[in-house]
Amino acid sequence: MHTKTLTQLVDGLAKKEFSSTEITQHFINRIKSSKLNAFITVTEDLALEQARVADDRIANNDNGVLTGVPYAHKDIFCTKGVKTSAGSKMLDNFIAPYDSTVSHKLNTAGTVMLGKSNMDEFAMGSSNENSYYGSVKNPWNLNKIPGGSSGGSAASVAARLSPFATGTDTGGSIRQPSSLCGITGLKPTYGRVSRYGMIAYASSLDQAGPMTQTAEDAALVLNVMAGFDSKDSTSSDKNVEDYTAKLEDSIKGLKIGLPKEFFSEGLDDGVAENIMHAIKEFESMGASVKEISLPNSSYAIPTYYIVAPCECSSNLSRMDGVRYGYRCEDPKDLEDLYLRSRSEGFGKEVQRRIMIGAYALSAGYYDAYYLKAQKVRHLISDDFKRAFKDVDVVMGPVSPTTAFDLGSVKDPVSMYLADIYTLSANLAGLPGMSIPAGFSNNLPVGLQLIGNYWSESILLNIAHKFQQQTDWHNKAPKEY
Amino acid sequence: MSLNEEKVSQIAYLARLKLSDEELEINTNELNNILQLVEQLQEIEAEGVEPMAHPLHMSQRLRVDEVKEKDDSNNFQSIAPKTGNGHYLVPTVID
Amino acid sequence: MNWETVIGLEIHAQLNTKSKIFSSASTEYGAKPNSQACAVDLGLPGVLPVLNKEVVSKAIKFGLAVKAKINQRNIFDRKNYFYPDLPKGYQISQLDWPIVGEGQIEISVDNTTKVIGVTRAHLEEDAGKSIHDLYDEYTAVDLNRAGTPLLEIVSEPDMRSAKEAVSYAKKIHELVQYLDICDGNMQEGSFRCDANVSIRPAGDNKLGTRAELKNINSFKFLERAINLEVDRQQDILEDGGKVVQETRLYDSIKNETRSMRSKEEANDYRYFPDPDLLPVEISDELMSQIMTELPELPSEKKARYISEFELSEYDAGVLTSQKSLADYFEKAVSISNTNVKLCANWIMGDLLAALNKEQIDITNSPICAEDLSLLVSRIDDDTISGKIAKDVFKSMWNGEGSADEVIKEKGLKQITDSSEIESIIDSIIAANAPQVEQFKSGNEKIIGFFVGQAMKATGGKANPKQVNELLRKKLT
Repeated sequence: MHTKTLTQLVDGLAKKEFSSTEITQHFINRIKSSKLNAFITVTEDLALEQARVADDRIANNDNGVLTGVPYAHKDIFCTKGVKTSAGSKMLDNFIAPYDSTVSHKLNTAGTVMLGKSNMDEFAMGSSNENSYYGSVKNPWNLNKIPGGSSGGSAASVAARLSPFATGTDTGGSIRQPSSLCGITGLKPTYGRVSRYGMIAYASSLDQAGPMTQTAEDAALVLNVMAGFDSKDSTSSDKNVEDYTAKLEDSIKGLKIGLPKEFFSEGLDDGVAENIMHAIKEFESMGASVKEISLPNSSYAIPTYYIVAPCECSSNLSRMDGVRYGYRCEDPKDLEDLYLRSRSEGFGKEVQRRIMIGAYALSAGYYDAYYLKAQKVRHLISDDFKRAFKDVDVVMGPVSPTTAFDLGSVKDPVSMYLADIYTLSANLAGLPGMSIPAGFSNNLPVGLQLIGNYWSESILLNIAHKFQQQTDWHNKAPKEY
Repeated sequence: MSLNEEKVSQIAYLARLKLSDEELEINTNELNNILQLVEQLQEIEAEGVEPMAHPLHMSQRLRVDEVKEKDDSNNFQSIAPKTGNGHYLVPTVID
Repeated sequence: MNWETVIGLEIHAQLNTKSKIFSSASTEYGAKPNSQACAVDLGLPGVLPVLNKEVVSKAIKFGLAVKAKINQRNIFDRKNYFYPDLPKGYQISQLDWPIVGEGQIEISVDNTTKVIGVTRAHLEEDAGKSIHDLYDEYTAVDLNRAGTPLLEIVSEPDMRSAKEAVSYAKKIHELVQYLDICDGNMQEGSFRCDANVSIRPAGDNKLGTRAELKNINSFKFLERAINLEVDRQQDILEDGGKVVQETRLYDSIKNETRSMRSKEEANDYRYFPDPDLLPVEISDELMSQIMTELPELPSEKKARYISEFELSEYDAGVLTSQKSLADYFEKAVSISNTNVKLCANWIMGDLLAALNKEQIDITNSPICAEDLSLLVSRIDDDTISGKIAKDVFKSMWNGEGSADEVIKEKGLKQITDSSEIESIIDSIIAANAPQVEQFKSGNEKIIGFFVGQAMKATGGKANPKQVNELLRKKLT
């Protein structure tokens, strides 16, 4: 049951081969016996209730495509009446009093929420080791990280604990864990999916997206998640197309660009080999490959590590122990309330980024840091603009290495450097995907696809064609 | 640009964070490392480049002026750390 | 040492939109605590701001009214600081690209007019309220006000006296109400004035160190607070000391200003453009639409009253000082053949006096504009005398009916029949021979006696002009 893709489950539900209640219970049982720590909250009763309602809708022919399909929901999305922690002690007691737009859309579509998946605290991290609720384990090797910040979601899909999961991507947080766990993940164009109710990390970079076994699955989920939201000023009113419509299109003549900057030192040989192999696969399907250059991409790291901390330092100021969330015990006065609630509530990485942000925005430094970073961001986007005049899609690795050992990278800067390939897409606001492309040392390797603005259909098409030709995406860890 | 512990202490306060002596030392180190990383930005020439605040070249949408929210204060205050008479309570502030 | 006072005012006008600047919660005053603070106003995790179109329109109207440059492209910034009534830990405001740029407004003090520069006006959200006296150990926070739209109007430091500052504040107060963008209610906090005051040796160009005065909620207090501050600073400087740049709260009960405790570090607001909002681009279309919605401005109206109605500068000024007053006047004189000057006098005199006495706003006047206009016409067409009209006015005020109804009811019609008046005069002259003698021997003033007698005999209804003319004819 759990090895079925979302598409197959949708089919099975439609053919009444099984009910939503049956599959929901099945996944709940798997979650409960899992040692991956992929979930912060398992919403068994709620899920079964939603499954029951879904079954009714299906019986009455009143259902949508995804009605009855269970999923893991990253704990960054506000879910009314259900704990929403963002992986932090600060919100450990936060029962969201309202639904995020994404939650609402998924509810309306009749999907079944199995639980809130584990994540790096406030989406800050690339290994899911920064969670108040403990690290998530990579299903392929329990000693390894699953990637982050959507580590719980990635592990859940990889271990077949849920047919799909939601994730968010600010600097690679969908693509990188997808790569490390061997699943398909899509970060849409900035503004494609509403951010209302999605706890903010870096407002101008955050974007929600689907994490699934296949591109076909991802298209079905994106159809539900995408769309204009009047409550989000940064949401685009561009028409939502049917993302499954172009999946079968031929990719003959597809022009692929490989940025030379993504294939220089620092890239693990094993990873590089798998990527090149995947590229050959595309060539055999009639695509052409050329080398391109994204000269400013080397500045993506410093640019990101200024923009994101600046925005998050401000976004997290609302966590002050006054109206919700963690409040320290017996605050002596207002200062004490703020200082202790925030210092006790936020984890180390979050505090670090808040301080970097506060510093970079402080008097006298704005021009040199934030303003400069926003300018360089423009240069990075222009690189892509130029590239897309010559090629249809940019491809490369997602992560310089495969999953590393839990606890092995303690230095923040070393951790940041691993984001090198994913950051640019966020800075430019472009859509990006990670699809399973092989293994190195028995650990998954993901191939990254970056498309032009609003080219999700093209990316999904390319990924789907690749998945028809290969079967990396079908592989699941033995135990699962 | 290198930060000393005093500066880090000031920054922490700006963000209403409190660091122990040990944490102050560690953080000063770590923050300086991060700053070194981002210092690379100074190498690049960006004179005359427009800052890109948003990937989308959209402008702010304007909402019609109508009241759409009802009183949901019971719901909101049910998750508050401390309330009294419908107010949020904090230790007394002297203006 | 001759000191020159330099004053700049920062006025926060709450815009009277139905919903808040960034959320759709109500802005109504006086609601149960926190009943009008929605998720966005509370700064819950994940919420986002969306800009209210009407807020933009109202700000632009103000800009147009002070002949300011409108920045059709303007940006919202975050001003970061921590305070319990600031839910997000930042206030959304505008720093470098405010919606309204440089403008000006004319004030008048002691019959001298002066132009005061408006540096800029920008939009921002109001914070909630912190209440310190509800509990002993706690401060109580009500976030109903959080998110209410504010237009912060900053003047150039062009004022040189407390009187000028009050005149400017009153002018802006009148204007925002005229434009129907703010209700101007200072008691409820919809119109707040902060004054930046400094002094310098007369003739000096450099600005002295200024103090910011806050917590002033009436024009009277504004004048007092500024004068207190000028004295305070003068004392300091004359003693050889230095004025400290600080914020001082005005205490109206003790009539003094007190320094507010402030922390150096707390003032680093770390401004940056709000990434949850996009740059505001006001289309030319919207600009045109707003321009058509702009009412005739006080200055334009005043000029028109002077040219079209030939009113004096003073009269025009009084009638245009309040939009509702101007509206009343215009309605009254729109009835054809009205004696405009007479009408104006009655409105500015008797009507305003009666309204002020009973603290009634003109929009609730017991005598409507049309009725007042008809009363004035009855004076103008000699149906009644001006004196009688005052009685008619009182009756109308008490709801006894229209002018014509009261005149008929009480038989107050003026006597204008010459033969009738003549015969009355004849009898008075006949009955008062000594007084006739006095007049004939040169006492001009005694004519008043005869007029008085004639009025008495006719119950005040004889046309005074005719009485006078006929008397003189008969006596000489």
